Amino acid sequence: MSLHQSVFIAVFSVSVFFFIFSCYQRVQLVAIGGAENRFDNPGGRLLGMFGSAFAQKRVLARPYGVNHFLLFWAFLFLLLANGEFILEGLIPGLNFATILPPPLHHVLALLFDLVSLIALGAVVVAFARRLFFPPEYLGNDYTKPASFEALLILALIATLMMAFFLLNAAHIAAGQTDTWRPVSTALSMPLHGFSASTLSGVIQVSWWVHALILLLFMNLLPRSKHMHILTAIPNCYFQNLEKPNTQPREIFEKGARYGVSSVDHFSWKDLLDSLTCTECGRCQDLCPAHNTGKPLNPRRIVHDIKLNLIKNGSAIKNGKSSELSLIGEAADGTICHEAIWSCTTCGACTSVCPVLIEQMPKIIKLRRHLVQEQALFPEELLNLFENMEQRSNPWGLAPSERTKWSSQLGDRSFKQGETEYLFFVGCAGAFDSRNKHVTVALATILDSAGVSWGLLGKDEQCCGDSVRRLGNEFVFDKMAKENVALFKERGVSKIVTQCPHCFSTLKNDYRQYGLEIEVLHHSQLIAELVESGKLKFSKLSEQGTVVFHDSCYLGRHNDVYEAPRAVLTAATGKSPGEFDRNHENGYCCGGGGGRMWMEEQTGDRINLERVKEAMQLQPDTLCVSCPFCMTMMEDGLKDLSVADKCRVKDIAEVVAEALR
Amino acid sequence: MLVISCIKQVPDTTQVKIDPVTNTLIRDGIPFIINPYDSHALEESLKLKERYGLRSVALSMGPPNAEATLRKAYALGVDEAILLSDRCFGGADTLATSKVLSAAIERLNKQDKVGVVFCGKQTIDGDTAQVGPGIASRLGFSQLTLVDKIESIDFLRKTIKVRRKLEGRHEIVEAPLPVMITVVRELNRPRYPVVPMRIAAEEMEIKVWDNSVLKLDVNTIGLKGSPTWVSKIFSPERDQGEIIGDGITDPVGTTNLLIDKLLGKELLTV
Repeated sequence: MSLHQSVFIAVFSVSVFFFIFSCYQRVQLVAIGGAENRFDNPGGRLLGMFGSAFAQKRVLARPYGVNHFLLFWAFLFLLLANGEFILEGLIPGLNFATILPPPLHHVLALLFDLVSLIALGAVVVAFARRLFFPPEYLGNDYTKPASFEALLILALIATLMMAFFLLNAAHIAAGQTDTWRPVSTALSMPLHGFSASTLSGVIQVSWWVHALILLLFMNLLPRSKHMHILTAIPNCYFQNLEKPNTQPREIFEKGARYGVSSVDHFSWKDLLDSLTCTECGRCQDLCPAHNTGKPLNPRRIVHDIKLNLIKNGSAIKNGKSSELSLIGEAADGTICHEAIWSCTTCGACTSVCPVLIEQMPKIIKLRRHLVQEQALFPEELLNLFENMEQRSNPWGLAPSERTKWSSQLGDRSFKQGETEYLFFVGCAGAFDSRNKHVTVALATILDSAGVSWGLLGKDEQCCGDSVRRLGNEFVFDKMAKENVALFKERGVSKIVTQCPHCFSTLKNDYRQYGLEIEVLHHSQLIAELVESGKLKFSKLSEQGTVVFHDSCYLGRHNDVYEAPRAVLTAATGKSPGEFDRNHENGYCCGGGGGRMWMEEQTGDRINLERVKEAMQLQPDTLCVSCPFCMTMMEDGLKDLSVADKCRVKDIAEVVAEALR
Repeated sequence: MLVISCIKQVPDTTQVKIDPVTNTLIRDGIPFIINPYDSHALEESLKLKERYGLRSVALSMGPPNAEATLRKAYALGVDEAILLSDRCFGGADTLATSKVLSAAIERLNKQDKVGVVFCGKQTIDGDTAQVGPGIASRLGFSQLTLVDKIESIDFLRKTIKVRRKLEGRHEIVEAPLPVMITVVRELNRPRYPVVPMRIAAEEMEIKVWDNSVLKLDVNTIGLKGSPTWVSKIFSPERDQGEIIGDGITDPVGTTNLLIDKLLGKELLTV
């Protein structure tokens, strides 16, 4: 055995040992998390993994993604080349040339050469992006685009490629023929004048540089944000196959724990998420709270969970108490209260993450702890919680007031076996004076199309959306059970709502309580009625220039994007204008996740930002499909003193005007 | 030393309607809540418990279903909850009610000295504000009403200093213990029950003291012992309101309509 071979075997063994040890440590950290079933439906999981991890669907949604795509695939493919390299290092003479038939070996050699060039090019682009034209979202308060870690990894990859080329070029200059390596051949030109011993030295040095960097790179992976190279693919496999439009139920019994106050209370998947974050900053870029100066940054949440896990992991594993608290004054590894309460649960972070990290659900887990075990929450919520529990509506109004809007419609109560649709009006639609107009408009539309509909009247209760998103699962659990029992008792089989929050809660959350019935948002039902010809317009609805604002709980959380647009197109005769940020990139009004009931004291107001964006389009009518959006947009227009230039209307109001 | 909070279960009066025929409260399906002022009394008793290590006892007189209110008191953290319930306590006015509550407090005082009794300033169903003072005078306790701040308690000198919220002014008063204090909303912010306590409260024992325990003369309590009674309840006549015009799309036109209407009814003159 040559000295070269023995030294390499020793270095390689030590590296592999350390690599496996690091990975084992990380697996141990993930294992302190709680149970969560992410093992069902392997077919769907493989498919999802292929789309997200291998086809890099979400990475490619942005132009720079192409560069990452190239790097990713070059990396995967060059694993083969590096495998060959290590094989030959361990057993000299054993390489693809000796074990593969020549045509295959030639093709591989050619591809290795070309792909390495592509990888090198992609690394140069990545360097330039981080150094010269970094997008704003790459940096934040704890990292910058040109961070040492990022540049080091890029430098290592570049050196790896260059050493690979130099090694092959030196071999060619030293007389190797039939190599099928055009790039290396071209690079070998300047080396032809060197002596055989010089070339042999170049070969030795470049071989060792390549070998050592390869092993160093491997060992850096588990200890840096480049852990994602190892965890992204499994993380995509273990993705939540459902949209994060609902939260799992909690069991209320003696001795149970509610929510998360320590990092080991998260599920193993939450912890895997934290180790998978690549720090690309896309979630931060879209987060309405972050964009308006709140202390919440979804990426920071995930990062803090990771720091906390690394800091506390071994203590927790050994049954000791954790050293660093998970919730408290903002610090590395500690999430501050205001960050937790700033989330609007709009879901933009989860919908954009290229490696399918679920940021928002983690925030709700933290809220669950704060509300249910500590009773620590912004003081505005005390009234909300009491009102919800006592009178089943956010304002604490008397349930008998629910029917006021319909007092002139005669008896419209839901009759079992006779009525087709339960019109679930919702609290805003029944109590809020502005939104009552939407309720009346929808009733007019349903009557005009001859739909059989009925009301629960004063027996209707709040769906519980806000309390669930705010982490008050105990109260939600009670409300959901009561509502489901009521629907079953009354024989309800179809529901139409005028609020995306009611819609999503009845449709998705109540499924956990055994309610599997048809739930439609009014945009869907109206679109259906227009489509089938049951709803006929007597004229076009005159609204001037219309811009449509997507509701998060209708769009991002339930994929209903086209129905409201189709309705507006049919009623006004032209398709509505679009915000720059529309569909899945839509921007929250600021009212979701229970934020509707809280003051917005830090930074700018989210609704103002959205209204300013709208006013750039100079609309006459800003169209919404959600009572919270309605309030937020109207307030925004008033605050900016532009309420005389633009009005806010629900799609139902626009449609009703085409019926008069 | 004991700190007692007297709490009453009341119908949620925002939801109560009066039967126009019988002139009685329609209580069907009306949820019961803890009298809002009493929840501040309860909160202050819990604060004293936490600050001075007093034992906190919640007392309520009412029908058996008032147990729900006492369970909530357990969920919030009281050490003991006692329901004063007996058919012969029923129909009581403020005099008879304060008699029963005083007897219960006296009984507790025999086990452990009572330092402070907190009551809400009044209830939202009766609105008399008499029961608290009734207890104080019956027991010979100091009487401090409308308190919005506890300034200090001196257990050595056995005195308490509080701030009373009066119309347009505050009054700082010192009084010897034991004391009966009625509280206003400004005193504190009631806590929200945490879930583990709520679940534990489900299994807590609520002591029921009936008249076999208190041994009061039945002619001095309940309906028999009440010199006042309700002869009639009625809601003032009000014509049905109406919605005119469309204030959203035509605010000017709607305002004109309203003015015409008011002029027509001679509620406005030009």
